[in-house]
Amino acid sequence: MAQLPTPVYNIEHILNSNVYEPSEDTFLLLDALESDLPSLECLNPTLVVEIGPGSGLIITALAKLLQGKAQCLAVDINPNACVVTQNTSESNRVKVEVIQSDLLSGLRREQKIDVLVFNPPYVVTPSEEVTEGEVIVRAYAGGHKGREVMDRLFPLLSSSLSDKGILYLLVIKENDPEDIIHRLSQYGFIGKTLLTRQVPGEKLSVLKFTRSCDEKQL
Amino acid sequence: MLLLTHNMLTSNCIKGVSNGYPLIIKATSIKKLESDFNPEFLIRMIPKLDWSAFYKATLMLGDAEISIPEKLIDSYEKDSEFLKKVHHALLEVEVVEGDLECPESGRKFPISSGIPNMLLKEDEI
Repeated sequence: MAQLPTPVYNIEHILNSNVYEPSEDTFLLLDALESDLPSLECLNPTLVVEIGPGSGLIITALAKLLQGKAQCLAVDINPNACVVTQNTSESNRVKVEVIQSDLLSGLRREQKIDVLVFNPPYVVTPSEEVTEGEVIVRAYAGGHKGREVMDRLFPLLSSSLSDKGILYLLVIKENDPEDIIHRLSQYGFIGKTLLTRQVPGEKLSVLKFTRSCDEKQL
Repeated sequence: MLLLTHNMLTSNCIKGVSNGYPLIIKATSIKKLESDFNPEFLIRMIPKLDWSAFYKATLMLGDAEISIPEKLIDSYEKDSEFLKKVHHALLEVEVVEGDLECPESGRKFPISSGIPNMLLKEDEI
């Protein structure tokens, strides 16, 4: 079976830069992408984007997998995460383009993204921490139900993803995955749980969304 | 920042700006890279590009080595000379330092160590 090896990374540089270190959620997302490699190969993506790469592990793993066959792009609001992501990709000798921005702001939205990966700030926190917290807090602070950041992305999906585009989204139980799947169905996407893992204190899942058949026929 | 990435960036996210594309490149440092030529990838990527913006971007860099035709040619899939030029302009020229400038408002987005900063302040959105 095809594999998605974990890229090399410099944990000291990540911690010194005050960037979210690779944790259980990161590794679950890697495992979920690995389990879905047959559909990724079938899709043969041209443009792959990760929002909030943090250490850059996921987008670097995808860039290694797709070397030369797709352009990989990472967008992070935290300048330190941008630099660390660039370093991680360079250490693994792959090209990841990095942009400092908020979600997909500043990117043209003309249904061009074939694969979008988002490990959002998902932790339930007071709303103030989402916008006013220190950068390391904002890496995990999700506000009400942990949904405040990811909820801002959902309305942009339909105009951002290509016809066959896929969104991989990491969530926890408190985010109410069923409600997220319902919400995205209103934007024409069909969602399912790809992988779930119970770790101390968190029940993590990776959701996978594609355009529903009805939407494709329109 | 590669020209491929430049092709995807816009300042239309600024409040009141409707003509924020393509962003003007003011490069102070450019680096040439080497990357493997993959015509199959280029053939998939070219339809995703705004060709006119890509052409303008190559002019903004003012480098004779970076040259593509003003209009996308027919049956480019079979023209390996053409694809090699596209490959070089799209994937082997990195703007390391400089600014991207909104063509309508003049707002500057700094590029530092190859990373463009597209973040806006709250009152700009």
